[in-house]
Amino acid sequence: MSRYSILIDVNKCNGCYNCFLSCRDEYYGNEYPGYSAAQPLNDQFWMQVAEIERGEYPKPKISYIAKPCMHCESAPCIDAAKDGAVYRRDDGIVMIDPVKAKGQEAIVNACPYRVIFWNSELQLPQKCTMCAHRLDEGEKQPRCVESCPTGALVFGDLDDQNSEIAKLSKSLDVESLHPEFGTDSLVKYVGIPKRFVAGEVVFAGKEGECAPGVKVTLTGGGLNLETVTDIFGDFEFERLEKNESYTVAVSVDGYAAKEVSFVMRKDVNLGEVVLDPK
Amino acid sequence: MSEQVFTNCTNAGPVSVYVKDGKVTRMRPLVADEKDFKSWTIEAGGKKYSPPKKFAVAPYVHADRRRLYSEERIKYPMKRVDFDPNGERNPQNRGKSPYERISWDEALDIVTSEIKRVKDTYGGSAISGMTSSHHNWGIVGYKMGPFARFMNLLEFTPVLDNPDSWEGWHWGATHTYGFFWRLGMPEQYDLLEDSLKNAEMIVLWSNDPDTTRGTYTGQDSVLWRQWLKEKGVKMVFIDPFHNYTAGVMEGKWLAPRIGTDTALAMSIAHVWITEDIYDKEYVKERTVGFDEFKKYVLGETDGQPKTPEWAEEESGIKARVIRALAREWAAKRTILSGGARGGEGGACRQAYGTEWARMMVLLQGMQGLGKPGRTIWGTTMGAPSETTTWFPAYADLQGRVSTASIAKSIPINPTKQRLYRLTLPDAVLDPPVSWYGEGFCGQSLEQQFTHFEYPMEGYSEIKLFYRYGGSFIGTMSDTSKWVRMYQSPKLEFVVNQDIWFNSETRMADIILPACTNFERDDVGEWGACGGYTCHASSGCNYRIVVRQQKCLEPMWESKSDFEIFSLISDRLGIKEKFTDGKTELEWVKAFFDSSDLPEQVSWEEFNKKGYHIINIPDDYKSTPSLRWFAEGRDCDTPDTNNPKRGTLQGKELGTYSGKIEFVSESLKAHFPDDEERPVSPHYLPSWEGHHSDIYEKYPLQLLSPHPRFTFHCHYDKHTDWLDDIPIHRVKKDGYAWWPARLHPEDAKLRGIQNNDIVRLYNDRASVLCIAVVTERVRLGVIHSYASSAKYDPLTPGDADSPDRGGCVNMLTPSRMLSKNVPGMTPNSCLIEIEKWEG
Repeated sequence: MSRYSILIDVNKCNGCYNCFLSCRDEYYGNEYPGYSAAQPLNDQFWMQVAEIERGEYPKPKISYIAKPCMHCESAPCIDAAKDGAVYRRDDGIVMIDPVKAKGQEAIVNACPYRVIFWNSELQLPQKCTMCAHRLDEGEKQPRCVESCPTGALVFGDLDDQNSEIAKLSKSLDVESLHPEFGTDSLVKYVGIPKRFVAGEVVFAGKEGECAPGVKVTLTGGGLNLETVTDIFGDFEFERLEKNESYTVAVSVDGYAAKEVSFVMRKDVNLGEVVLDPK
Repeated sequence: MSEQVFTNCTNAGPVSVYVKDGKVTRMRPLVADEKDFKSWTIEAGGKKYSPPKKFAVAPYVHADRRRLYSEERIKYPMKRVDFDPNGERNPQNRGKSPYERISWDEALDIVTSEIKRVKDTYGGSAISGMTSSHHNWGIVGYKMGPFARFMNLLEFTPVLDNPDSWEGWHWGATHTYGFFWRLGMPEQYDLLEDSLKNAEMIVLWSNDPDTTRGTYTGQDSVLWRQWLKEKGVKMVFIDPFHNYTAGVMEGKWLAPRIGTDTALAMSIAHVWITEDIYDKEYVKERTVGFDEFKKYVLGETDGQPKTPEWAEEESGIKARVIRALAREWAAKRTILSGGARGGEGGACRQAYGTEWARMMVLLQGMQGLGKPGRTIWGTTMGAPSETTTWFPAYADLQGRVSTASIAKSIPINPTKQRLYRLTLPDAVLDPPVSWYGEGFCGQSLEQQFTHFEYPMEGYSEIKLFYRYGGSFIGTMSDTSKWVRMYQSPKLEFVVNQDIWFNSETRMADIILPACTNFERDDVGEWGACGGYTCHASSGCNYRIVVRQQKCLEPMWESKSDFEIFSLISDRLGIKEKFTDGKTELEWVKAFFDSSDLPEQVSWEEFNKKGYHIINIPDDYKSTPSLRWFAEGRDCDTPDTNNPKRGTLQGKELGTYSGKIEFVSESLKAHFPDDEERPVSPHYLPSWEGHHSDIYEKYPLQLLSPHPRFTFHCHYDKHTDWLDDIPIHRVKKDGYAWWPARLHPEDAKLRGIQNNDIVRLYNDRASVLCIAVVTERVRLGVIHSYASSAKYDPLTPGDADSPDRGGCVNMLTPSRMLSKNVPGMTPNSCLIEIEKWEG
């Protein structure tokens, strides 16, 4: 037995869309009998990429989330399919039978990740097969992983303890894209963006000089974090929780301490945090 | 028929092409035998860095199959319906009238008889023609091959290219540190190793290497920057747009007002001088003219000290931030990355862009340019690379069908008359035109001072224009002029020979369908340019020469460019002179034979296997760029075109003094009184910027850099899969619009919301785009990439019509960098923007 998976490291992704394009090259107009019908020209994204912009000028952050089929171990699409039209292979890959699935639009709607697409011409649900037809021919990786320039996509067998993906899954902070869906996805992520707060410490009366090395703390949501400003007087706390209340406190000798409290309804740029001399 | 796998190469990576029943089914990054790779290893900070055994090609290469079968392919020869070579030609209808399919015989007869007529009536100089760069790959088929050979036989008037992507470095930096033989860009040898071992900070100034990718080298260098990030090397990005490299690298983003980068640079020098934190020993030993420069920086010559506070006024960057950056730069080993090839970048493609590029060199000159971790490096070249094995590249004289000595005869064009790409429309519409500089001035500094005038005495104005492979409406400046030029009766005959319909194709009288490099035989090394950009393949983790195998027959009625020119030559009675008695495949073999490859692989094996990887030797010796200069040694890098290398002046740079020139001796000798490119660089406010009179009317600055998902105008319109990448185009109401990015405050002020169709306009043009409201541009800046391939005027044939294809270059000025510097200035462009109500 094996459990094939793709581990997606959001921190390494540069948003080049190679994965999306190589996937489309593999499937557009190409039928792989027993595996998948040809992908049509429009509206199908078996490997889609979402650009996530966070924060405010001049401290924005950009991330990309590559999103194939999650190949869930508790796959709602399998439950929704009739006649075994969706099934899990012994290697964990969830497949839609391109013959049996004909007419079964319920399969599309069953997927909470929205990664199954309806081919209206063929009356067929379609999605990522992890390039099962290629793996069965002896290829080592799906096209998307092969084309990734940064190693942001890693493919392999989670049950093979010597595989890179198994090792990374142990050493990295790995999570599902939407654990709340409860589908036990085999595709896993590292570095899914959360909320962040940024700001710049400025000394009143000394606006011509940055304020490096100033201690800044953040409390709230059970956290008690500390950092120091960089050479530009900038500070940042990453990986904070949505809608949580936090307080940032800045203190340095000779200046009155300052506290700012906020609720993380969105990523927060505190802008200039001006400290007045004591 | 079973599946066959061929090898081929694109302008951004090698590919394996799978063909079944005569149809291409997939294209993968070239699948090479693992045994053929020998990876290099760089040891730094206790870690070993080695690339994977694969080729990280550019995104659009994965869509090449779609481009091959594009609906935009020119399938048959065509004639404009109201063009009659023996009667009414109706040039005013170019761009407006439809076309009818004609036979190859008819098309060739018309083209041939027009060439004869024009040549007999006015002489060869009345024929001109122009190419774009790299709509395909392979040295046999490249524009400098068959096109140039054919045109030289006709004794045509060549059109000189401007150094479009690196103007300021070409016309400015050369007068500061030489490297004219690299057109102003510095050598980049072994700088990956230098940066991994020594760099503590990298300042990417007007540089987005994840987007521009070292031009032809795909994405191999993405991993290098990831290594540097993981190693903790600090990154600073100076760019009005929070670019894609900044997005993935993070680091500090400084967004200066467009046109003020030179002021920012001056103030950094001011901090270094006033705080005494620069490399005085280096300045004393390796540079000239520092005292005069220092006086200007301190305000002793013009009364204005170039303080951070002064620069803040101009650039909008806080003085404290400038100070902090300057101090860190001096204190830490800092690499300056002033464009994808070391030089380049949007800051050099604007008014007085020479001054910024010169300042980039001088700033590093103050910190010991060439010392460990103190270099100028674009982050896209300079991997360990074997440089002794020579294989011809397109810019090598020995890599061109037109000039290589493997030919029995080399046609020499006796016509001395020249045109210049940037002034071509003016030359046709309103001659005479004149300019300084011989286009790409890679032979000497003096080439930049040569004066040209068109028409040249003793030669004809041009009457026949032969356009080949691409379009400039989306890439040059103030480009509605090109439409006006085409509609001029002075151009009696216009041919367009291309693979796809481009913006200029429908301006022709006759259209000839060419085929792609997948439909013919060729050979090419990935990423290699040769000539003035020698050893560019050090931007790839592995040198690979690809036998570009013909994967399928030319589709529809298309033919290879070589064959088209052969057929016309045949009708002109000069076939043998054109072909040199060789087929395309014989040219391929002749180039192979002339190279060093036969010492490593037989033709038979290379031809069959389809590729050869040139690995580095076991005893590879690293020679970091300019280390020799910093250490006062003879040049030890493989920079073959450096004219002083290996001579008694081997320790010198290519400047007149042989040193870094704070006061340029070449400018002093030729243009001593030029206030727009003074002998020592100055900050000069842009002639179209925030100090200009029209700023009130057009208060937004357009930034139009090189694009991320298309190469020049190639791929975009011909590869509709790319329309599903919203960074590239955004689909709305059944149309794929070109994005224009703007700051939320600018959007709010104008009632513009995300995804609205907007009109970008000024007195030159109107272009429709889709609004992308983002925190990633500074207030007052509209970011929209250059290089839309789609010129789609609402009223076809009307040069004043709004374009909805996204050719924002129509908005940009045709004014040059400065009076003696004939470079393009797309980033000195003021516009206004409004919601388009239709």
